[in-house]
Amino acid sequence: MAFDYEKYIRPGKLPHIWCPGCGHGIVMKGLIRAMDSLKLVKEETAIVSGIGCASRLPGYIDCCTLHTAHGRAAAFATGVKMAKPEMNVILVGGDGDGTAIGGNHFIHACRRNINMTYIIMNNYIYGMTGGQFSPCTPTGHKASTTPYGNPDPGFDIAKLAIGAGATFVARGTAFHANQIDKLIAEAIQHKGFSVVEILDDCPTTYGRRNKFKSVIEMMNRLKEVAVPVKAAEKMTAEQLEGKVLTGVLHKVERPEYCEEYAKVIERAGGAK
Amino acid sequence: MSEEKKLPRIEIIEKYCKGCHICVEFCPTKVLEMKGFVVSVKDLEKCIKCMQCELRCPDFAIKVHAE
Repeated sequence: MAFDYEKYIRPGKLPHIWCPGCGHGIVMKGLIRAMDSLKLVKEETAIVSGIGCASRLPGYIDCCTLHTAHGRAAAFATGVKMAKPEMNVILVGGDGDGTAIGGNHFIHACRRNINMTYIIMNNYIYGMTGGQFSPCTPTGHKASTTPYGNPDPGFDIAKLAIGAGATFVARGTAFHANQIDKLIAEAIQHKGFSVVEILDDCPTTYGRRNKFKSVIEMMNRLKEVAVPVKAAEKMTAEQLEGKVLTGVLHKVERPEYCEEYAKVIERAGGAK
Repeated sequence: MSEEKKLPRIEIIEKYCKGCHICVEFCPTKVLEMKGFVVSVKDLEKCIKCMQCELRCPDFAIKVHAE
């Protein structure tokens, strides 16, 4: 039976602003399916975002939403979570918003291990502002500000999150649409800071500058580069060259920030 | 002898479709086609109800109603 996405979408908000073929819509559908599978109550779920194409997502979903300053989704979300620890807080954003302008907030949210879920839609570029290169643009690829190829190496968001101390890190792609909701659901259920990186496509500002003829070509590229973590265990380093691991990459237990902070309040003899 | 196959109903919300071709390309049995700028059903008989089009459509434009 067809899935009823409408019950989670604000009336009259569709069609959305994303370009034809943009994977953000696929990720939004995954998030809605994950919310439905966990039966999240709309009043107890907050979706927080910064600025960018991906950050337009909370505007469409019918629950508590917050559209904040560029890169500051983690800071605002920390405030929401500290004030109301019983809420499910989900952050959404793109690679530029999360790892460049909001890079500092991102690593410190990982370090604190506050119980939130960060969904980063990595489309390798700043889409909304005209296709400037982001910290995730691969070496040699073109953007409006690197017309002769980007000299910088790109960030590996998953490794960055693991290094900064996130306790759950997963990666999916917009092509593997049926995996997105499962990864997001597992991340929401995890107690601690969880990061889900979804590799995405931006046909408008990234694809056309990097000789991708169509959206289909970009989707097929995601299909080719993705290797599930289990399959990668049996592969050699040579075979894994240029590939990206998908699935749950990291999962550990560590004290959660809201609980630890409550102990501090108790020790200080406050908040009775 | 053959039992009549129960066909699904593929609902296309033309107002939402942006013509990105994703559903047409990734349908394993090529049920869909582009008609101008929007998608339309070409051959409903071939549909195997795999729901791939509904799953991948970034624009919430396709719904496959199957029992």
